[in-house]
Amino acid sequence: MPARADILARAADLRGGFEALGAQPVETPVLQPADTLLDLYGEDIRGRAYVTSDALRGEQMLRPDFTVPVVQMHMAHGAEPARYTYAGEVFRRQEQDPDRANEYVQVGYEVFDRTDPAAADAEVFALIADALSGLGLRAATGDIGILLAAVQGLQTAEPRKAALMRHIWRPRRFRALLERYSGRAPVPPARAALLARETPEAPDVPQIGKRGADEVAARIAALRADAAAPPISEGDMAALETLLSVRETMPFALERLRDVAVDLPQITPALDRLEARIEALGERGVDVDGLDFEASYGRTSMEYYDGFVFGFYAESRPDLPPIATGGRYDALTRQLGAGAEIPAVGGVLRPDLMLELEARGG
Amino acid sequence: MTLKLGVPSKGRLMEKTFQWFARRGVTLSRAGSEREYAGQVEGIDGLALVLLSAGEIPRELAAGRIHLGVTGTDLVHEKLPRWEQQVEEIAPLGFGQADLIVAVPACWSDVDTLDDLDAAAAAFRARHGHRLRIATKYHRLVRDYMTAHGVADYTLVDSQGATEGTVANETAEAIADITSTGETLRANHLKVLSDGPVLRSQATLWRSRVAPCEGSDRGVLRALLDRIG
Repeated sequence: MPARADILARAADLRGGFEALGAQPVETPVLQPADTLLDLYGEDIRGRAYVTSDALRGEQMLRPDFTVPVVQMHMAHGAEPARYTYAGEVFRRQEQDPDRANEYVQVGYEVFDRTDPAAADAEVFALIADALSGLGLRAATGDIGILLAAVQGLQTAEPRKAALMRHIWRPRRFRALLERYSGRAPVPPARAALLARETPEAPDVPQIGKRGADEVAARIAALRADAAAPPISEGDMAALETLLSVRETMPFALERLRDVAVDLPQITPALDRLEARIEALGERGVDVDGLDFEASYGRTSMEYYDGFVFGFYAESRPDLPPIATGGRYDALTRQLGAGAEIPAVGGVLRPDLMLELEARGG
Repeated sequence: MTLKLGVPSKGRLMEKTFQWFARRGVTLSRAGSEREYAGQVEGIDGLALVLLSAGEIPRELAAGRIHLGVTGTDLVHEKLPRWEQQVEEIAPLGFGQADLIVAVPACWSDVDTLDDLDAAAAAFRARHGHRLRIATKYHRLVRDYMTAHGVADYTLVDSQGATEGTVANETAEAIADITSTGETLRANHLKVLSDGPVLRSQATLWRSRVAPCEGSDRGVLRALLDRIG
């Protein structure tokens, strides 16, 4: 474990480097209102963040990351375009693994700029890659936007698409929903029995609780409509599966995804964005021919990313979490912006892990 | 030093634990009056009985303050992260069986599985402006279970007792609680989801992996394990 003074010195260096490139340094409070984070992440955040409270302000969380407060700050009074950098502690509750740090320093770089998203993606990735050069890390990249576009364009009922979109970041449930909507998984017996009954409501049972009989009836109507809808075609299913399994270096991945787009033309605009990003990365001097791209990358634990995603890993130290992660989070700015939105992309580094790797000779 | 055995300090769990050990030739009893929480042991030397609340036994085992303890699987799994590294299961005792289950109002005829619960939660949140509330005291177990099954748009609300009543009182829409027969659930017009329980629990004898056990204590432990094995 590197000394705390060394970690803070390295964090200051990294932040200074981003400042020298024109980023504005920002600070955010350590205590964040719990409501905002709970709305964004749901109950899972309670397993990942420390919650505290007082009688005046109610529930507060020790900041689990900087992205949310930085976005809020920018949406409230930021000028456009903007580049920010920060360094400071984040706190992560650890309920499973005592070896994972529950408090560590992050250094971040965030870009709010609507002029050229591909260039902004490449800028963030290249700056983080530069900061990590010499550590011999493997970079992984992905693009959640391609899967989002594929689902939005499926030939199926709107409520099904909404359900799939809601579970993009929960691969297991997403898969279960697809199996059912395509008719591959049988209708659960209890549901079949329910829909076969003439009066599916339960009139002989007392009505209790806040969820009313009309809500039960509405869901049964929705289940009926769903049962009557045709299944997602085998062709679409096969194309989706091919899409999700793509794992190649960037140019080959693009080529394979272009093949998928023959069956799923709705992903073409997202692929055009990927192509522009590859070009922008190349212009920044990134070796795109050697850069991995996984279509499923970033679907777990990165819930607010909805476009380009990346992470840097020490292959000699599989026990370590990623040394850096980042991505595009346009949807987060929409959710926090109350009507306003701005394309945004950013990444964070872990100076503590960088020092640890350097101490062991990389 | 003596080898310390922690046993629930009252009720059926204590009596049944005493009976279980008695059948194996180890007589456990309370010292002095009914109100005193000191215990005595006959039939084996060097073993001390510590009477504790069942809920505190996992923590005492993990801290190494007792060598052995009797408590439910539910409490060990809820209270001790990576419980396998802190305690070892010696023997299930065959009583205190209870399942940690998720239950919803019986009038929700459209909800039978977690899949239904997730869909109902999405619609509920859109309609009422807050997430579907699940009352429980088993926060970690239930949250891990919901995460593993990809349920979203719910929130856990703490309920340390009379959990079955929270739905009728409209402080929660569903519950996750321990049940042995389901009587209380039925009486409160609730039904159990069909996916199977979050956890099957029963009274179990645990050994602490961290309590120091040297010299004569090792011999006592071996003698006791022989007796009950």
